[in-house]
Amino acid sequence: MSAVLQNLIDQPYKHGFVTDIESDVVPKGLNESVIRSISARKNEPEWLLEFRLTAYRHWLTMTEPTWPNVTYPPIDFQDISYYSAPKPKKKLASMDEVDPELLRTFEKLGVPMHEQAALAGVAVDVIFDSVSVTTTYKKKLADVGVIFCSFSEAVHEHPELIRKYLGSVVPAGDNFYAALNSAVFTDGSFCFIPKGVKCPMELSTYFRINTQESGQFERTLIVAEEGASVSYLEGCTAPQFDTNQLHAAVVELVALDRASIKYSTVQNWYAGDENGVGGIYNFVTKRGLCQGVDSKISWTQVETGSAITWKYPSCVLLGDNSVGEFYSVALTNHLQQADTGTKMVHIGKNTRSTIISKGISAGRSNNSYRGLVKIAASAHGARNFSQCDSMLIGDRCSASTFPYIQVQNNGAKVEHEATTSKIGEDQLFYFASRGIDPEEAVSMIINGFVKDVFTQLPMEFAVEAGRLLGLKLEGSVG
Amino acid sequence: MSESTGKVLLDVRNLSATVAGVQILKGIDFTVRAGEVHAIMGPNGSGKSTFSKVLAGHPSYEVTGGEVEFDGQDLLALPAEVRARAGFFLSFQYPVEVPGVANSQFLRLAYNTVMGGRGREELDPLEFDDYVREKLQLLEMDPAFLERSVNTGFSGGEKKRNEILQMALLEPTLAFLDETDSGLDIDALRIVAHGVNSLRASGNAIVLVTHYQRLLNYIVPDFVHVMDGGRLVKTGGKELALELEARGYDWIGREAA
Ligand SMILES: Nc1ncnc2c1ncn2[C@@H]1O[C@H](COP(=O)(O)OP(=O)(O)OP(=O)(O)O)[C@@H](O)[C@H]1O
Ligand SMILES: [Mg+2]
Repeated sequence: MSAVLQNLIDQPYKHGFVTDIESDVVPKGLNESVIRSISARKNEPEWLLEFRLTAYRHWLTMTEPTWPNVTYPPIDFQDISYYSAPKPKKKLASMDEVDPELLRTFEKLGVPMHEQAALAGVAVDVIFDSVSVTTTYKKKLADVGVIFCSFSEAVHEHPELIRKYLGSVVPAGDNFYAALNSAVFTDGSFCFIPKGVKCPMELSTYFRINTQESGQFERTLIVAEEGASVSYLEGCTAPQFDTNQLHAAVVELVALDRASIKYSTVQNWYAGDENGVGGIYNFVTKRGLCQGVDSKISWTQVETGSAITWKYPSCVLLGDNSVGEFYSVALTNHLQQADTGTKMVHIGKNTRSTIISKGISAGRSNNSYRGLVKIAASAHGARNFSQCDSMLIGDRCSASTFPYIQVQNNGAKVEHEATTSKIGEDQLFYFASRGIDPEEAVSMIINGFVKDVFTQLPMEFAVEAGRLLGLKLEGSVG
Repeated sequence: MSESTGKVLLDVRNLSATVAGVQILKGIDFTVRAGEVHAIMGPNGSGKSTFSKVLAGHPSYEVTGGEVEFDGQDLLALPAEVRARAGFFLSFQYPVEVPGVANSQFLRLAYNTVMGGRGREELDPLEFDDYVREKLQLLEMDPAFLERSVNTGFSGGEKKRNEILQMALLEPTLAFLDETDSGLDIDALRIVAHGVNSLRASGNAIVLVTHYQRLLNYIVPDFVHVMDGGRLVKTGGKELALELEARGYDWIGREAA
């Protein structure tokens, strides 16, 4: 049977190809002059250069975290090129003007951009490597006052908002990778929902890493003002090659009084081959601040790619009655490693948080859940519920759970449940004895396992995510 | 013993098998014809469940000798799921729990795979719901079992009823019922036995593994076999079961010696 399971999980990466677009690459290495050069290329104001330099100087004093339950060879930060952008011939006004090579790339991914944007009613801010190539649906959003644009554009057009909120949730020196990102980030997305506005459509960004050996340092900032709400989707795939790529994104969310932000991710970056060669190092800092009363931030992630995932989308529940949610499916296969989870920091009164984490390990992979629930002394009436389930496929993978609970308020209620299960031979035989082949059996069991998380995804994303899990676990039965 | 006239459905010749390197089945000869009911009895650990799993194609059990023909096909050459589609059904002594998978979903996939393969129209969730409810009535099962995860947290008796529900859905040519009676209360035994009887037809056959006569009062066997040490050591008519109930198994060993 292990041969059957083996075949099921040995599916080659289907999104592995490199698009041949002329790139503008900064020489490898990191120092103040590289940072000045990035800032100058992007024509940035002085205050932003200062932000970068402060972060860089802070970063120099920091060391890489070693506490995650992952292993990898040391990263040579001087051997990375910190800026790469496709050279657009001119400013693009519509999708028709997008480089046909780029469009073909999206087609191969099964994402016919223009159609998808139109049909699904989704505004897509296309990030290709590090620079936004085009932005659609801008006008419709502008009509209700929603700003959705590339980060660089926002720096020039809405400097007061960027200045106010950049680094307000994840300070430049927050952690090693956040500091690195703050020093060298190239682009990303900015999203602003003004007071009382319910964003009329789901906002979506497809990230894609393209240039070999160029780190990706995305920066995303989403601000929902009083009574505003938005649902934001992020999805990624990357081409296949042998050298590890460092990705250190920072995502900051700010929710003011009664605002709500729903942030969904499907991540399918190149994970390396079945021997662990290549693949993306995904070291991401994602944090949301429920600043206002009755505000809500909800993270949903489906993590299936990357050689290493190190990521803890978190919520700081400052406003009274604010709500934080984390729904996660993390699938690892072959030699993938994931150390992912969340932090829920309760500060305001009657704050509530929910954590549902589903880890699936196959092959020889290693999948860890790491979560912190912290209830401050001020958080009277705070409540947390955590459910962390692990599923093992085969005998050579592992799963670990590291829950940290710190309660400084006696009235708080914290519940933690954890289970580990295994798709075993007897389960597959039971399905087989009813005519169901192992592939379908695994898919049905996995779908059942992730159901509580998938129901949190926007409909069209749930379909895509289901397809992705299937892709990762399907194969010929031998 | 009744006259044997139906066509041969299952023909097992000198079957031996190991699990984890241990020889459990040591040369079994066993023939089942259409329309027949066979009971297999025998002490704990004698190999009855092993026999059922070898026939159903469990990958942990290695066939080390012998042949099995089922409905004209070489059964041992087929993977487990194909055996099921070909009309072989096993009701498990210990049905497996599958948390997170709704029973209705599981049953529908099994139905569509097996019956769809036999040319029956595949049913969508609504059509299947109507269809399965009829079968639930036959077994006097609460429709709530459809929404629960497969066998998860079911009582022993509920699991057995769920097995027979699957038999009713998949309409097997040969049903191997491994201790379906154990765990059933007195009323449930009658209901389930009635359900099984209603599925009997001239073209199919049933093999029952049981330790007690009470099931055989409802489903009357044409043949009773005794398994011991991985062999069928004695075969008789339905009266053999009564004799075993009265005398135990010891005398068979002495008689054979
Ligand atoms: N996976 C296994 N590894 C080792 N031994 C096994 C395994 N499966 C079965 N056996 C052994 O094979 C023998 C036959 O077991 P089996 O379950 O077929 O008996 P049975 O006749 O069905 O008994 P019961 O009446 O108690 O159900 C037992 O001694 C059992 O311990
Ligand atoms: Mg048994």
